[in-house]
Parts: sequence; structure tokens; C-alpha cells
Amino acid sequence: MSLREAAAISGVGETAYTRGSGKSVLAMQLEAALKAIQDAGLSPKDIDGIVPYGAGVVAEDFITNFGIADLRFSAVTPMGGASCVAAIQCAAAAISAGICNHVLLVIGRNGFSGNRIGARVAQMPQFRTIAEFEMPLGAIAPAQLYAPMARRHMELYGTKSEQWAEIAVSTRHNAILNGNATMTKPITVEDHQNSRMISDPLRLLDCSLESDGAAAVVVSASDRAKDMAKRPIYVMGVAEGHPDSPSAITQRPDLTRLGLAKAAPKAFAMAGVTHDDIDVAEIYDCFTYIVMCQIEDLGFVKKGEGGPFVGDGNIKLGGRLPINTHGGLLSQSHMAGMNHICELARQLRGEAGRAQVADAEIGLVTGYGDMGDGSIAIMRRG
Amino acid sequence: MSDQVVAKPMPEPTPDTQPYWDGLRARKLLIQSCASCGKLRFYPRPMCDACYSMDSTWIEASGNGTVHSWTVTHHPFHAGFKGEVPYILATVDLAEGVRLNAQVRGIERDALQMGLPVKVGFEAGADGLNLPVVKPTG
Ligand SMILES: [Zn+2]
Repeated sequence: MSLREAAAISGVGETAYTRGSGKSVLAMQLEAALKAIQDAGLSPKDIDGIVPYGAGVVAEDFITNFGIADLRFSAVTPMGGASCVAAIQCAAAAISAGICNHVLLVIGRNGFSGNRIGARVAQMPQFRTIAEFEMPLGAIAPAQLYAPMARRHMELYGTKSEQWAEIAVSTRHNAILNGNATMTKPITVEDHQNSRMISDPLRLLDCSLESDGAAAVVVSASDRAKDMAKRPIYVMGVAEGHPDSPSAITQRPDLTRLGLAKAAPKAFAMAGVTHDDIDVAEIYDCFTYIVMCQIEDLGFVKKGEGGPFVGDGNIKLGGRLPINTHGGLLSQSHMAGMNHICELARQLRGEAGRAQVADAEIGLVTGYGDMGDGSIAIMRRG
Repeated sequence: MSDQVVAKPMPEPTPDTQPYWDGLRARKLLIQSCASCGKLRFYPRPMCDACYSMDSTWIEASGNGTVHSWTVTHHPFHAGFKGEVPYILATVDLAEGVRLNAQVRGIERDALQMGLPVKVGFEAGADGLNLPVVKPTG
């Protein structure tokens, strides 16, 4: 049995993305969830499964506020930034098993004004190994933990910071087209190169935002989605992958190989499509380097060829592989990639406004989290 | 006006990892070795992933290794390290086949390259805790 086309994205919803929401995390999640449910043409009482992002808010909060009489399924997929796309697999599996029909995926955070994302790491059980053995050395934040991966790639393959700058620049360009983005001022490669060094080789403009807001997605059984309010976006292939040495990057035999390298071939095989079939890709972008590394691990180019690929304009709107057409975590908002799922659905519905990729039919979305967990979903318009 | 001294993050050893930290206190870098099949593992943990034995012994690392990768931290992510930025953290492939992460002493950033031979040293920290550091050979 395969999850191929067992489920579809039927609704998406997002709050305004800000730095200073003045609202509770729960209130924002309810707002985004209600938007997604209404986008799907459903009532909150139709939701019979919930996979919340594993922080702060639980399924019970939605039962209470939505008055759901009989929630049949709840789970969390605790993989940091890989959680939201991994939750699509979780939802599709529950739907395929006949447990439920309409699963709500939701995240919300006061990542800027509340518990800053950069400070949350030490509190998470996934980081227990790092907390004992590396934080006492001064290796504390994700930028520091990921920088040796980026440096290793540079030394092995001649990858340049200026190539990562192209990711930051084109993502900012897309954010400006979006209309609901935190960063609205254009940047240049020079701006990137002049931005202050955070943890060499990662500069400020290689790093994602800390954001306030919420985003939600409804995943429905495909046989329901075909008769719902919006064009169904079918999940053709979906997978998660965990890297070697998943608790400590420094102990990984190949620092440049992420969990996505294990998941991507499974998702492409399930979907029955090739890389040339992908019209648009929303790629988890906590850091520019991580985007480039995933393009390699997805198989669009060989390991080591990601630098020239992103540096030569392939990832821009109108390029060979337009990515992060909403502005991503780098420039729209850090919603741990739920905003990437929302954007892929909009692209495949033809609702992406000024950033619309012409006639986008098939696309993919990835997640990346913690010490390199990966997730991927390949979707097509119905 | 004096800056308030903020404590650095301290390890909280478990019964599985205590011998590693005891080793550092004695200025020894200890690597865990499976008592059943001999496979080395690092960082310390309860089980051998080759044979599932939970019995282990400890060997002392030679201290010889080569640079694998590095980062220079400029942003003070933790108040306890605010006075030390910029500082270099390097991953070092030890001769025994495991990889160490530690701050670098006495090597300029521009001198770092993959494969550069280095030695492991020790540096006293708070509460009698010694931490490994990466030093030039010779
Ligand atoms: Zn063993």
C-alpha cells in the first residue's frame, strides 16, 4: 500500500506576519486554522484529525475552541523545521488507514516578541546531546552548529558565499511580490556581502527571521477533496528522512548529506515523477546554505554543484527551478515551513499573485529541522 | 559600572557520560570502547550500535588529529561567551577515528585548512571543569 494520492491539500490559511503580534500564540493559531478550514469550504466541526506543531499548543485547545465533538486522531511530528511537511505524511497515513478525513496542520509562534527562536534550542530534548557536549564549548545556536557544514562544503567544492547571496537576494525579491512578508526592502549581493558575520561563513543575510504569526493547512482524503471548495492539490509522494548521527552534526560521517537525501528518492518514486517535472519548489530556508544543500540532496544537481546552480540564477522566478516564491523563512516569515506548504498549494491552484509561476502543475515542498532531519512532499494540481 | 558575569552552559553528566567528564578533569580525553566488540563510540552513550552491548571501557585518545571543518563565531549567542567573540570552533578527526569539536588556541583563522595536523590540549574552566582545546602541533 502506498500513500500516493491518498490525500490532498484542501485549505490553507495564514495570519499577518509581523514582529510584535500583541496576540497569544493560541489566538493566532485559531485565526490561521479558521482561515484554512473556511478556504477548504469546511466548518471547524468537520475537522476530525489534528497534527499541531509540537510547541505551546495542543490538539485539546482546538477541540475546546472549535467545539469538535469527536476528534479521531491527533499526533505530533517533533522534527523541528521538518515537522510541518512530515505532518503531511502523518496526516496522509491516518487518512489512508481510514481513521479520519480532514486533518488540520497548524503552527503559530511569537518567535520575535515572545520566546525567541534563537534561544529555544537548549530547552528541546532533540538537543540533549549538544547541550551536554557542545554548548559548554560555546557551540550553542543553530547558526554555529550549521556553519561547519557550510565551511566543509566550501573547502571540498569551492562553494562561495556570493553564491548563497543569490538565494537571499531572489528570496527577498519574492517576498516583496507576496504582500504578506516581514522584509519588504530589496537587497543586493553587495548588501549580503556587507552584512555582519554571525558565525563564519554564515552572515546575517544568510540567516532566517524570527517571526510572529500563524499558518495552517487542511489535509483531506482525496475522495473528499475532489468535491470541495477549492481545486484539490494532491499529495503524489511524501517521505521523511533522518541523517546519520541525527543528534550531533559534528559526528556525522559526511557533513554535507542531510536527512532529505534519504527521503527524496522515496518521494520521487512514490510520485512517479522526475526532476524535470517539477515546476516550482518551496525549499526550507532557515539558512541559505541549507537551501543549496537540499537542492543537491533532492537530486536536482550532484553533490558539490549546488553553488554554481544557485549562483547562476536558476532559482529565480522565470529560472529553471523557481524556489521560495513567497519569500520563505529568510524574508517572509519563520513559520517553520508551514508557509512553504501554503505557498505551494497557492502556486498549484494558480493563486500566487505576482509571484505566480506560469501554469505550475507539479511542485515540491521540503522541511529541514534540528540536526538535519528532512521531509518532502511532491504535489500536483487536481 | 562592571559587567555582570554570566555563567557559561555547564554539562549535566549522566551515569552514561560521567567517565568522560571525569577524564577531562584528569586532563585526559577518553573515548568509549565497546567491551564486547571493541567498536569506539563518541559522544558517550549507553549502547553499542554494532552489537547492542551496554558494557564499555574507556581508552585515552592520543591527542593527534587533523582539522575537518571550523566556524568563527562573531555573534555572542550566549552572554557567557560575550567577552570571547570572535572565537574559533573546529571539528577535528582524531587518529582513533572519532571526531572532536573544540575551541582553537594558537592557530590563526586564515591558517586553518582541512587536513591541518593539530594536537588536543586542555583548558581549565569553571568549577574544576577542563575542556578540550585544539592546538598547533610541536
Ligand atoms: Zn559492540
